[in-house]
Amino acid sequence: MFGKLSLSAIPFENPIIMGAVGGSILLAIVTLALITYYRKWTYLWREWLTSLDHKRIGIMYIILAMVMLLRGFSDAILMRSQQALAAGMSHGYLPPGHFDQIFSAHGTIMIVFMAMPFLIGLMNIVVPQQIGARDVAFPFLNSVSLWLTAAGALLVMISLGIGEFSKAGWSGYAPLVERQYSPGTGVDYWIWAFQIAGIGSLMTGINFLVTILRMRAPGMTLMRMPMFVWTTLFTNVLMIFAFPVLTVALALLTFDRYLGMHFFTNTLGGNIMMYVNLFWIWGHPEVYIVILPAFGVFSEVVATFSGKRLFGYRSLVFATAAIMVLSFSVWVHHFFTMGAGPDVNTFFSITTMLIAIPTGVKIFNWLFTMYRGRIRFTTPMYWTLGFLLTFTVGGMAGVLLSVPPADYVLHNSLFLIAHFHTMLIPGSVFGFFAGYCYWFPKALGFPLHENWGKRAFWCWLIGFYLAFAPLYVLGFMGMPRRMEHYVNQAWQPYLVIAAAGTAVILIGILFQMIQLAVSIKQRHATRDLTGDPWDGRTLEWATSSPPAVYNFAKMPVVHDIDAYMDMKEKGIAHEVPDRYRDIHMPKNTAMGLIIGALAGVFGFAMVWYIWWLAILGALVMLLTVIARVSDDDTDYIVPAAEVQQIENRRYRQLSDAMADRSAGGPVTPEPLAEI
Amino acid sequence: MKIKRCFGLIGFGFSALCAAVFLGGCSRIVLFDPKGPIGDAERFVIIAAFVLMLIVVIPVFVMVLWFSLKYRASNIKATYMPKWSYSGKIDLAMWLVPLAIIAVLGCLAWIETHDLDPFKPIKAGVRPISIEVVSLDWKWLFIYPDYDVATVNQLAFPTKVPLSFRITSDTVLTAFFIPQLGSQIYAMAGRQSRLHLMADESGIYAGHNQQFSGSGYADMHFEAIATPRQQFEAWVQKARQSPDQLDLVRYEEIKKPTSGYPVTYFSSVAPGLFDHIIREYLPMSVNSGAMGRDDSGSTHIKTVTLERR
Amino acid sequence: MTTDASTIDAVQLEESEHPDTVANHAFGFWIYLMTDLVLFASIFATFSVLSRSYAGGPTGKELFNLPYTLGETMFLLFSSAACGMAVLAIYRGKKYGVLAWLGVTFLLGFGFISMEVNEFYHMILDGNGPQRSGFLSAFFTLVGTHGTHVTFGLIWMAVMVFQIIFKGLTTPVQSRLMRLSMFWHFLDIVWIGVFTIVYLMGSIS
Repeated sequence: MFGKLSLSAIPFENPIIMGAVGGSILLAIVTLALITYYRKWTYLWREWLTSLDHKRIGIMYIILAMVMLLRGFSDAILMRSQQALAAGMSHGYLPPGHFDQIFSAHGTIMIVFMAMPFLIGLMNIVVPQQIGARDVAFPFLNSVSLWLTAAGALLVMISLGIGEFSKAGWSGYAPLVERQYSPGTGVDYWIWAFQIAGIGSLMTGINFLVTILRMRAPGMTLMRMPMFVWTTLFTNVLMIFAFPVLTVALALLTFDRYLGMHFFTNTLGGNIMMYVNLFWIWGHPEVYIVILPAFGVFSEVVATFSGKRLFGYRSLVFATAAIMVLSFSVWVHHFFTMGAGPDVNTFFSITTMLIAIPTGVKIFNWLFTMYRGRIRFTTPMYWTLGFLLTFTVGGMAGVLLSVPPADYVLHNSLFLIAHFHTMLIPGSVFGFFAGYCYWFPKALGFPLHENWGKRAFWCWLIGFYLAFAPLYVLGFMGMPRRMEHYVNQAWQPYLVIAAAGTAVILIGILFQMIQLAVSIKQRHATRDLTGDPWDGRTLEWATSSPPAVYNFAKMPVVHDIDAYMDMKEKGIAHEVPDRYRDIHMPKNTAMGLIIGALAGVFGFAMVWYIWWLAILGALVMLLTVIARVSDDDTDYIVPAAEVQQIENRRYRQLSDAMADRSAGGPVTPEPLAEI
Repeated sequence: MKIKRCFGLIGFGFSALCAAVFLGGCSRIVLFDPKGPIGDAERFVIIAAFVLMLIVVIPVFVMVLWFSLKYRASNIKATYMPKWSYSGKIDLAMWLVPLAIIAVLGCLAWIETHDLDPFKPIKAGVRPISIEVVSLDWKWLFIYPDYDVATVNQLAFPTKVPLSFRITSDTVLTAFFIPQLGSQIYAMAGRQSRLHLMADESGIYAGHNQQFSGSGYADMHFEAIATPRQQFEAWVQKARQSPDQLDLVRYEEIKKPTSGYPVTYFSSVAPGLFDHIIREYLPMSVNSGAMGRDDSGSTHIKTVTLERR
Repeated sequence: MTTDASTIDAVQLEESEHPDTVANHAFGFWIYLMTDLVLFASIFATFSVLSRSYAGGPTGKELFNLPYTLGETMFLLFSSAACGMAVLAIYRGKKYGVLAWLGVTFLLGFGFISMEVNEFYHMILDGNGPQRSGFLSAFFTLVGTHGTHVTFGLIWMAVMVFQIIFKGLTTPVQSRLMRLSMFWHFLDIVWIGVFTIVYLMGSIS
């Protein structure tokens, strides 16, 4: 009836896990209680959970990313503290097997449930506005993507309290992940969480490709698009080519585990090298998926806060395209030590080195954007500068690793860990944080507190160096990754420094939480009334903060790169149109949420072998989809009169704010759109 | 001024870290203190690549700090050119200079990757010693086919003699690695990897598994003892005194998953044990002759590749 | 690099106010088909790697019955042709023509699936199921994934039949039918690949 599931699946004997589970449940209860107390359930349902508005979906993605960041970071704290203690005869404080789950969960969560949702969230909020569109091409699909990702995240969270998570690493190498060597539920949780979220990402790729290629405002040729849109475009091309390969890799593994097939087993004709190849054919483009949007953010931030046009626009586009294409040609560098032979290894070594060239070009283009600009050191600019310095170091480590003989002694060492974290944290995470600070006023209508943001930045930067510089050294000292304990006491001091770094980053995260709380508290006084708090250059700053549900009442006409700055300079930025039209917007629907929930149920049922529930879940999902595709009444109309009302309020507020700005006085804001 | 203070902080932090690193003692940074020709060459590659990249990295650092300082908004004396967004010369330079560096590095990579191919034997004018390595859960079995002895978790060999490893796994994917001597290589069931190393100096070098393989992974380390020839022969004799013999039954016993297996010596080894272990994973065939050359078409292409001679 | 507002196409302006959902849906579906192609390519690649991993079990030559596979292929090819006829009927606005040809497409497609299920069933009964060897795992997965896609196509077809009956050939219904036909032809092309690489090449060895 319940498959393999029974009460013994709950790890009552493990106090750390039970503490974490207890804490999570408590947090969940508190959240639900607060929503009930403030009577926000209807609001939540109507304005958020069933919304197909890309701006709302984007914000929900980012909330998911931040929650999962906390979970993934807790894993990091546990790992660093364990390793700081577990030298020589000591085995640290974690029970055996727990460390293995932690590093597997950490990687899976950070890539799939933190980085992906964060970047997809930013793309969602910003891209339609930057291209002058009203929504993405397929708003319903957008909602499904969000809820599928959330379902995957939920599965990972549930695995903490019911059963266990995978102990085979986030990359899940065969044959360790096969049933013979990993008989528990852990790998199954990993498979289903990954697979379900992956399908969501694939849908997002299709969605944004069509959006960017077919829904740009008139006059916005490809070479007039903001750089963030270009990087989104390329990221989505990567998504649509890479994710199907992951789907296959995970599916074949699923067949091995569930149906006893022999794709990646040691025996009866399985080929473990095939798994590694398939996984990394997805895996390498994936890391470019995770970094390109961050590069896009940096492009926007550097241009805006240098008060200058982005340097080398064509070069940047070409460089990003080169990165996109090349990223499919390097995957073997993840396993030079598998013994492919010097010709094969050298080929992939050279393609890997080649990618460093366009990446360097981008860095130089950003630097020359700063050159002869007027640089304002806002929080987003801080994140950018931190990135420029640190990412370069990590890139250097990468080129070093790309030479096979160097890799032969550094593969799977802490040097490798330090390298890719230097790409991911100062690269992606700093980029996401910069984007978060930069677009927060647009999305929610009030800015984030600057000083707390800067304090958080310094903690992250210093903490990062403390946490990862020792790891570079440890790699040279011969320490491998994923060590639950170790005999070489000489490694310990470095791991202690690294643990201290984690503590500093923790303070940084706390500062970010304080920043958010303070900003929310002060929101009435700091409300962004103009929609353009940074003197921005691209179209999203032409709308109100937050924008009306339809973004633009009248489609902007684009004449140049930095469309909005161009309009401001020509004095045509806020022309009131002579007449308004009815606007079609997608209706709310719960079906995206329902499909996501059913996917979660299906995944859970498959993990525990509850076949009847899995079949039922899949069937109801199919029926929901059929119901949706048979529904032709999915739009509603915002009548022209209502549009006019909304726009008139916007213009009144805008002119008040402009007048007050020139008069220098404080502004008492009139709430424009209730969040 | 605030910016200068920030940079001061960064500079101090960096220096402190570097100091800590060097105070740690260079000798413990084993990759920079290799004891054999392979490790030596690999250290050269690392340093060469690092130096080449500084050509790009140092200008980037300088530009970040200098531009931030000079073009900060409060410095109204600095030139402000808001529309300047292209320069052919700069564009060319930023593509070509890195390209040139990569061209050099690429040549280096080609040469060294071929020279340091793990399958390539080391020429030292001395007959190499053959060692067969089997990774198990969670221990290492070393078989000396020429001496008919075997050990668990202890490797010994003479200095200045090439070591010719044949490596396989009787469990999941693992990686055989002695950092101070050079390259690691994956060990896979049903396949044979090759590795060639040599120790120039005597010493006890740490060896371990560098590919996570399950709960006992952290305990999967061994000592690699390099000694002059005589002492190695003495070690072999010691092994030959052991009452323990590695026949198939005994092998099945040590194959059982355990961690922290004590160093064990075997005074004799079942003939062809290593090939037998590999064959267990190969598909069944009518005439299982030479490994990997079966005509029933039931082998992997890769197995043949790994056996390049 | 500026363009006068007056040179912006009036159509462009119109389009941006009311995005062409039919064209967007078609384009989006093409992109989905390309991702599906990548999916199949990965499975083909896996099949190639495992194509000789017989593990002492049967080879393709021993298992495959080419005349039978030819029969399956005929079912699928003719069902594609019937689908084409259905699309022609859509252009002519002939509701009952569409229904009839869709019915034929469905029946022929169902015939294909039946033959495939039958083939699988007998192989499994003989002990040559996907658990037997890497080769057979890859065979069942590649052919089976194609078959699963065809099955979903049949379900989609059934849904469309109901939509045509209850809504008529409205624009959204037509748009969905065009996408279905793209899907159906795509599966036909993939089957050509399967037929060639799995059955034909497997029978030569």
